[in-house]
Amino acid sequence: MENKRMGKRTIKLVNSPSIINTATIVGPKEGDGPLREYFDIILEDDLWEQESWEKCEKKMQEEAIRLVLTKANLTENEIDYLFSGDLLNQIISSAYAARQISIPFFGLYGACSTMSESLSLGAMLIDGGFANNIICSTSSHFSTAERQYRFPLEYGSQRPFSSQWTVTGCGASLLSSSGEGPYINYVTTGKVIDPGINDVNNMGAAMAPAAVDTIMQHFKDTGFNPDDYDMILTGDLGAVGKSVLLDIMDSQGYDLSKVYDDCGMKIFDNLRQDVHAGASGCGCSASVFNGYIYSELKSRNIDKLLLVSTGALHSSTSTLQGETIPGIAHAVSISNFKN
Amino acid sequence: MDKLNKKEYKKYVKEKVPKPTYARNIFWAFIVGGLICTLGQVITNWFSHMGASEKIAGSATSITLIFLGALLTGIGVYDKISKKAGAGAAVPITGFANSIVAPAMEFRREGLIFGVAAKMFIIAGPVLVYGIGTSVVVGLIYLLLTKGL
Repeated sequence: MENKRMGKRTIKLVNSPSIINTATIVGPKEGDGPLREYFDIILEDDLWEQESWEKCEKKMQEEAIRLVLTKANLTENEIDYLFSGDLLNQIISSAYAARQISIPFFGLYGACSTMSESLSLGAMLIDGGFANNIICSTSSHFSTAERQYRFPLEYGSQRPFSSQWTVTGCGASLLSSSGEGPYINYVTTGKVIDPGINDVNNMGAAMAPAAVDTIMQHFKDTGFNPDDYDMILTGDLGAVGKSVLLDIMDSQGYDLSKVYDDCGMKIFDNLRQDVHAGASGCGCSASVFNGYIYSELKSRNIDKLLLVSTGALHSSTSTLQGETIPGIAHAVSISNFKN
Repeated sequence: MDKLNKKEYKKYVKEKVPKPTYARNIFWAFIVGGLICTLGQVITNWFSHMGASEKIAGSATSITLIFLGALLTGIGVYDKISKKAGAGAAVPITGFANSIVAPAMEFRREGLIFGVAAKMFIIAGPVLVYGIGTSVVVGLIYLLLTKGL
């Protein structure tokens, strides 16, 4: 059997799957941000005619999956697997969305790293010949995440400047064994790295070392350097994490300043929309990648992208028990050219 | 990254985080907290003027302020005041009302028993437990010092 492994943690896909279409649905605040024209559906309110925010998030996933099918002119029966995840306990948004859709389902939890985690697994399955079409979908919702991780919405509190705003958004990618690209060519899987941060209002700093680790490993395994990419995009490090990542990469001899950006710094106008250190949540890299970035790839403004969604793998219970916040980051290398 | 020195990293990150705007926070806490207390005094004076005793006027003022805090929480205004005022809005009794009404509203979807009633005190609960607990301890000490010894 052909060995597709490169170095320690990277896989070179031989039959690179194509991302044939994407769909995005975002909330009103995201729709008011700088990327508004790239989203398929912008909700007028964050309930979307549902009784609860959780039900709204479920509907967002369901509708995003249906929308990507419609856009690609495919039906549920033609999809082999659905990989999806979200932030809620027992990933209910994904599971309840999958309940409505007749596609074999793998539920994932990688916190906010779930978008690139699902793309990694989907791409490997297609490359291995186990599937032809796979949907990868991820969502988060500000109001469902707030009540699970922080305070009730109407409770008056002041958010620290390092805190980030959970994106209300969902993105779905449709991967296929055939198609005109963009293609997923390499997958570098992240290790859990815990830098000892216990401040839940500073997740960027908790996740940045994991992103550094994965990006450096990707360079080592593939022999690429930052100049080989048009863009290296992390998930939701925000202002603090972004600056930390650049510092550490620089100290390791990699100058990322020309190609590096973070989805959490793109979706909102941080100052005007008062989101402090930027955006976070599974839906952050999901909606930025499947909306804005996919469009940039399609129009060839970006030809080669390293998407590194970043996740903080804590829960409110682990925080109360004094645990620090472990971070994770998965990288997928996406290009308009096949391997 | 496996070799990262956690202590040094924490120190380095601390310098990266923008400092809270203490002066501005203190200013607004003083203004808003002061306004809420002044409003309380106005209400007390009004009740006294209407003929209430000092004790009744005090209780009636607390009830009125709690009502106002709950009302402003219900119509979605109190969290906006708190964002600006911080402790100035959290410490007065109106903030206490906010901390109970907010979870009660939030968990309405989970039902009246395990939602509203069970979750109502998730923020105010510790204040009640330790507030009442402390008052019992202080009361006992007072009793022992004045009567018991």
